[in-house]
Amino acid sequence: MSRAELLADDPIWLILLKVLCIFLFALLTAMITVWAERRLIGRMQNRPGPNRVGPFGLLQPIADAIKMPFKEEIVPRTADKVTYRLAPVLALSPTMIGLAVMPFGPEVSIFGERTVLQLVDLPVGVLVVLAAASIGVYGVVLAGWSSGTPYPLLGGLRSAAQVISYEIAMGLAIVAVILQTHSLSLGDIVDSQQGLWFGIALFPAFFIYLVAMVGETNRAPFDLPEAESELVAGFHTEYSSMKFVIFYIAEYINMIVVSAMGTTLFLGGYMAPWPISLIGDNYFNSGWWPMLWFIGKIGLALFFFIWLRGTLPRYRYDQFMKLGWKFLVPISLVFIVALTVINVFDQLSTTGILISAGFFILLLIALVMMIPDRREPRAGRVPLSGGGYPVPPIDLQIPSKPRRTKQARSRAGRRQTVAAGAKEGDDGVS
Amino acid sequence: MTAAEIVFVLLGVVALAAAVLVVTTRQLVRAALYLVLSFGAIAACFLVLTAELVAWVQVLIYVGAVVVLLLFGIMLTRAPIGPTSDLDSRNRPAAIVVAVATAGVLVTVLVRGFGDAYVDLGEPSTGSASGIGANIFRYWVLPFEILSVLLLAALVGAIVLSRTDIGPPKDGDG
Amino acid sequence: MHGYFGAYGLVALLLVVGAVFVTVALTANRLLRPARPTPQKLLTYECGVDPVGGGWAQSYVRYYVFTFLYVVFAVDAVFLFPWATVFAAPGFGVATLVEMFVFLGFLAVGILYAWRKGVLSWA
Repeated sequence: MSRAELLADDPIWLILLKVLCIFLFALLTAMITVWAERRLIGRMQNRPGPNRVGPFGLLQPIADAIKMPFKEEIVPRTADKVTYRLAPVLALSPTMIGLAVMPFGPEVSIFGERTVLQLVDLPVGVLVVLAAASIGVYGVVLAGWSSGTPYPLLGGLRSAAQVISYEIAMGLAIVAVILQTHSLSLGDIVDSQQGLWFGIALFPAFFIYLVAMVGETNRAPFDLPEAESELVAGFHTEYSSMKFVIFYIAEYINMIVVSAMGTTLFLGGYMAPWPISLIGDNYFNSGWWPMLWFIGKIGLALFFFIWLRGTLPRYRYDQFMKLGWKFLVPISLVFIVALTVINVFDQLSTTGILISAGFFILLLIALVMMIPDRREPRAGRVPLSGGGYPVPPIDLQIPSKPRRTKQARSRAGRRQTVAAGAKEGDDGVS
Repeated sequence: MTAAEIVFVLLGVVALAAAVLVVTTRQLVRAALYLVLSFGAIAACFLVLTAELVAWVQVLIYVGAVVVLLLFGIMLTRAPIGPTSDLDSRNRPAAIVVAVATAGVLVTVLVRGFGDAYVDLGEPSTGSASGIGANIFRYWVLPFEILSVLLLAALVGAIVLSRTDIGPPKDGDG
Repeated sequence: MHGYFGAYGLVALLLVVGAVFVTVALTANRLLRPARPTPQKLLTYECGVDPVGGGWAQSYVRYYVFTFLYVVFAVDAVFLFPWATVFAAPGFGVATLVEMFVFLGFLAVGILYAWRKGVLSWA
């Protein structure tokens, strides 16, 4: 039986069980990620991280979850009350939809009922995930606006502009996958990765997706909307108590959704990784094993998020937008065109080849035209950036690094570690 | 009436009511939010009609992009919290007449043109991605290409309008 | 659950579960938390210092242009999805390919124009 038929046969108790599992999966993974992030960032910065509540501080998220509802909530007087309350609901509710269409595993038997480990396999699953992400933008913009103060507003606007910019790159990276699968259903996409994973076959698209997924979730090094040094805490500066927690959870569930999406699109979804998949006649690709691979891959992607945060400094906003629009979007457009031509090359007649060759030449001309854009900034010019206050030039020249000896490098390394440890200020729920 | 029809009518009422609220509310940002609700209800209507691709495109483009554009536009000028007093003008009756007349023309055209056209809802493949793709790239190529020119024109227009503020300084710029 | 409507019913169900979770959490919070507002507390926090002047900032026109670019490219992506599902199917051939390339070409001209006019650089 096909995936859709198996899913259509589900009895009602099984559906409710699946809904419950997805809900718990989202919340528990979010909590574990919060804990893992604090521990790992602590390790990367030479400090212990949370280690008081439970073994290895494992119960810390639970302690936080108990603590937060008892905190007083302060709604600033300037806030637009209705929108202020609506924003967290809009931020969290749509996030779970993304997990509904994710295939967690192949056909299994639950209490004697044959089914697929997936809630629904919509024929337009990919679009559903993207649409849910675009609804989530409202939570951020409205939270920023309704607080009635400049920093949250700026944070909210930045965040929205950032999410939408990187959603384009993400969508174009996904189109590259669709070009190979000819189906928008996530189940079909996993099924067509029986051989080579798309992460390897379509490596440029995978790379673009990786960058875009970090930008889309507002995580370091692209966490500009909540850049502490500039915007206090960004769009949720004025939020406290449970409403703050909801934004916090929404951020982590969004991370889980984009990780699951990346896994499904590029890392073979629930398929076993290469050497293991050869063992014993596909034994590890049947039954409940695939769920382990799927969750393991999501875990890897989440570790990647945390690792990035512990490693890279924050981008400047202009660098960030430049990366998105001047690099990721053009590259993915070129990649899509190239991939299409490769796909249909054997069907092409001479005319077709000539047309595509002409298109490529046009594309090259376009690329060449883009090159001389880099102009030396005029010396001594102070750019005005709104408000009329002179600000330091945004394209500040950084002096080139002096050559270092090996000894000096190790000394500098030690100094950096100390600085990083001392700087850390936003560790987890405060 | 089947369940689908009842849901469709309810969604239509939500869409209409939200649309009326868009023009009657005195708070600018709320108006944009009602617009989101209206677009969302229309997307749900598409879903009920089994046009799933169009429905999600409605969410992605209208809810996710066009209203965000509107919100940025509002915040670009002024987005005060609380009611704004000068949102109504004395042209109200004229506006109502124009709105009703436009709606009348649209409804008449649609009903006369497609009043007796029926789509078989039992066959969802017409609304699927490949169904729509096949239709666009077989029969509706010209509108599709014109759309790209339209988008280009709109983009160039937006850039020209906003350029006084953001372009490089006028001396050395070719 | 059966068929098309059942599947979307489930998506709606999950949306409702999310909304109910938020509502329950906020209601529990409302019952549990203390509420002792003072005028000082209700001032906006901003960055810890007492706020001065009117509390709103104007956004820059750049945001608007980037959002416009987003609208243009979202429309582009939305057409790419159905195209990607059919372009290799029999009966479409080179014409479909060229149609999409022309479409992409126009959009590329758009982004090129924005690039040359310096819209894409933030400074």
